[in-house]
Amino acid sequence: MSAILKTDQLRVEFASREFRGATTTALVGLNLEVQAGEVYGFLGPNGAGKTTTINALLGFVPPTSGTAHLFGIDVRQPIARQRIGYLPELTYYYKFLTAEELLRFYARIFGLSRAESSRRIEKLLKLVELEPVRNRPIKSYSKGMQQRVGLAQALINDPDLLILDEPTSGLDPLGRMKVREIIRRLKDEGKTVFFSSHELGEVETVCDRVAIIHRGELKASGRVADIVQPRHHNLEHAFLEIIGYPIPS
Amino acid sequence: MKTLFALARLTLTELYRRKDFYVLFILTAVVTLAAGSVNFFNDEKIIRYVKDLCLLLIWISTLLISVVTAARQIPAECEARTIFSLLAKPVTRGQVLLGKFLGCWLAVGLALLMFYAFFAIVTGSHEHRWPLGGYLQAIWLQWVMLGIVIAMSLLGSIHFAAPSSTSTICFVLVAGIVVVGPHLNTVALQQPQPLQAITYTVYFLIPHLEWFDVRDRLVYDWASPAWQDIALASVYGAAYAGVFLLLAWLGFRRKSLNPG
Repeated sequence: MSAILKTDQLRVEFASREFRGATTTALVGLNLEVQAGEVYGFLGPNGAGKTTTINALLGFVPPTSGTAHLFGIDVRQPIARQRIGYLPELTYYYKFLTAEELLRFYARIFGLSRAESSRRIEKLLKLVELEPVRNRPIKSYSKGMQQRVGLAQALINDPDLLILDEPTSGLDPLGRMKVREIIRRLKDEGKTVFFSSHELGEVETVCDRVAIIHRGELKASGRVADIVQPRHHNLEHAFLEIIGYPIPS
Repeated sequence: MKTLFALARLTLTELYRRKDFYVLFILTAVVTLAAGSVNFFNDEKIIRYVKDLCLLLIWISTLLISVVTAARQIPAECEARTIFSLLAKPVTRGQVLLGKFLGCWLAVGLALLMFYAFFAIVTGSHEHRWPLGGYLQAIWLQWVMLGIVIAMSLLGSIHFAAPSSTSTICFVLVAGIVVVGPHLNTVALQQPQPLQAITYTVYFLIPHLEWFDVRDRLVYDWASPAWQDIALASVYGAAYAGVFLLLAWLGFRRKSLNPG
């Protein structure tokens, strides 16, 4: 197997908003390696650096030092994003467009032909169960529906790697179940999924491997069983122990 | 190119679906048509005043549309966070800028065509003649000039975060260039050094938007400018728009966009 997502000593610093010249370190020499075909969970408490890692992987935030590669291509090159799909934590799309128009726009961005776009749009609207409302403006959708549009746009180019930033955040149990189902289906199709989450139960059920990050540092990584077993607990206890939180007896 | 046109099309769709765009458009159309339908004091030469008023209105309206439309493009994308879904695709920031420029320029070109169609109907119904060559030259020159204004507004929008402040600053700047710009060389002569040198530098640095203004030729039925002059003005306009877009790209390409 080959690593299709790799970071090497990735460090990200931001200029402090309070003090001129001071910096805040968001990531400290992060090393990650995600193999093709696996579902990789990226865990950490709020402010741990999960979203910053994803932002650096997508080129939104330039690394202070270190490197990040997708499919062996430096993430600073737009071509590195040709074979990925991305679902942001909070869904923000062009609200004046309908779901179908939004998907067609992104299909054009990927340079898909008209016939190919139509075929993909049909398939995806069916997958995310938005067919009946395909011609309604996105602004009229509920949060769950917007999340599903987000998932559809992330899949428009039939990506080999899917990067999901807390994909079930704010969804009701039914919505979460649907997202989990879609992730499993993608895994069965041989896609690689990299997702950040707070939902440890969800991670335990769908992930092959996980990484735990705290204060910008990688604290643990490996198969879920390998992380849980030495600690004789479930993933939640193992997670709390790893980040140094006192576990209630 | 596909990416650029997809982005330009998105900009056009947004403008088409935004209701505030229509207010200015309808207002200009109504004033143009109303002005054309009156005939004060049975003065046959009244049509000159009508033409002057209509062309001034078209200039102000299209300048407003250009500045307001272009100034909000990038800040609105960042504010609505749609930029993150977009840049997660294989799109460069340069393509985003160019696509936005193209969309705004095409939108303003369509508005110009509509305005001049009203203008041609109003003046043609009075004068019973249709100087199409002159109109085409006026439309083209104004469109090139608006290209400079759009590029300048996009540059401003990279540095000033809020769309409203960018619009205001850009409109004041454009108004200053149109009204004061042509006279800066005369002003410079009356200044002591080093103010004179500074004023001259500003005079030679700013784009001279007045060179694209052929309103008087249409109003007083003067001869149209030579096509070579139109071509030269187009090159001048393209050069300025290019420089502004380049500066905007230099600012935008390294801008940290942290959605967290």
